[in-house]
Amino acid sequence: MRIQVDQDKCCGSGMCVLAAPDVFDQREEDGIVELLDAKPPQTLWPDIREAAAGCPSWAIEVDET
Amino acid sequence: MTAAGPSPASPAGTPTTAHPEPSSDPGTSGGACPYSAHAETSAAPLPETLPNAAPRGACPFDPPPVYQQARREQPVIRTKLWDGSSCWMVTRHDDIRRTLRDDRFSSDSNRPGFPFLTAGRKALTTDNPTFIRMDDPEHARLRRMLTADFMIRKVESMRPQVQELADDLLDAMVKGRQEADFVADFALPLPSVVICLLLGVPYSEHDFFQRCSSIMLRTESTPAQVTAAQDELHAYMAELTRTKRRNPDDGILSRLAERDELSDDDISRMGRLLLVAGHETTANMTALSTLALLRNPRELERMRAAGPEEAKAAVEELLRYLTIIQSGVSRVATEDVAVGDTVIRKGEGVLCMINAANRDEDVFPDADRLDLARPGSRRHLAFGFGVHQCLGQPLARLELQVALTTVLRRLPDLRLAIPFEDVRFRTDMLIYGVHSLPVAW
Ligand code: SF4
Repeated sequence: MRIQVDQDKCCGSGMCVLAAPDVFDQREEDGIVELLDAKPPQTLWPDIREAAAGCPSWAIEVDET
Repeated sequence: MTAAGPSPASPAGTPTTAHPEPSSDPGTSGGACPYSAHAETSAAPLPETLPNAAPRGACPFDPPPVYQQARREQPVIRTKLWDGSSCWMVTRHDDIRRTLRDDRFSSDSNRPGFPFLTAGRKALTTDNPTFIRMDDPEHARLRRMLTADFMIRKVESMRPQVQELADDLLDAMVKGRQEADFVADFALPLPSVVICLLLGVPYSEHDFFQRCSSIMLRTESTPAQVTAAQDELHAYMAELTRTKRRNPDDGILSRLAERDELSDDDISRMGRLLLVAGHETTANMTALSTLALLRNPRELERMRAAGPEEAKAAVEELLRYLTIIQSGVSRVATEDVAVGDTVIRKGEGVLCMINAANRDEDVFPDADRLDLARPGSRRHLAFGFGVHQCLGQPLARLELQVALTTVLRRLPDLRLAIPFEDVRFRTDMLIYGVHSLPVAW
């Protein structure tokens, strides 16, 4: 799995941090998403899928191929 | 416009069922709402155009039955607004997520066709709009000046302080008394003190700004009343901003004032938005949640026994089940867009009914049941969706977690002090909840 985040789209909701705190964080200065781990272990995949689906601004892209 | 005057559309609407008498059983039967009327479906066909706001059914925690019926039978439907005009109403979870995440639906209240919920809202938002009534990039520019203050880590660091406040308020509420109004003595002051601290607004002025926000949120307020209340609050905030320029502190208003690109008016608008949104919403969720738990003893015991993680999940379920924004989230199409099987034309308004979406059986099985351990309740849309999704949601979550666990832990005999049938629900306000909640312990 590969993850990409689009910081221009992100509205700083923090939903992804709730869903997968080991993979997503928010930038100190403006609360915008920061990717902590672009190739996370498989155990975290369900949480990451939830984060991507729940992102209100479609800023998280997950490639599972 | 087919009607003039402030209240053309009588709520004569379409009650779809005869409302059964509320049961006086306080809900001893497991986790379900004591009303047995959830299956309040109707054989009556949906009317072509739904009223807004539609009459509520027997259970005051449920969305109006006709919206539930629309979600099942005709999820994109016409609805009639207060001024006689009509727009689209969207009720399914998936359709609403798509709509609110689609930048072809605008939040700009100055665009023709934007659906206003009341005459007062129209007066408020066309003149002097805050960023919730703007589109990107202007919306994002302004919102991003505030996102750092409400990010998860920052808000989480406030937990001990919020806990202390909750304990102090409860101490004061119970001292020498056996009964109190839970709204006035706890549910309202807690978030109100917190947002005042964050903004740098003196809480001692709360009578004043609570009066203004009540007028602004009452559906029957006239445009003149609403405008006057907003102007008063705006002038107060602008004056406070000027004070902060002279004597800065570490509140949000002061920090906004340090930015060269914002005028006093800009800051006043942002402060006004945060102040009103920051206390009215959480206050009503706290009181309504407490009432819902008192009516569902099994869930109440679950909440009382909950550890920190269970309490977090429980709050998500309460947000889903209660959805205090009952009136719909407004957008206007800037192009022709298909929502489900319906094409919404450029310039047509849409109301996204997040209350109906949060009861969508396709997403939440047995959706009309309050189940604090429900898996996936976080998929609710109670904070909206899309780039306008509630900015203060981490703070709202924290306040609700602290408020509900503290009250239930400290007051093991908490109960309603009046018959449930006498509780006054906020059917006359743009944010749902209860006007007061007399409790004993
Ligand atoms: S969920 Fe989306 S919008 Fe929210 S912080 Fe994460 S990336 Fe940004």
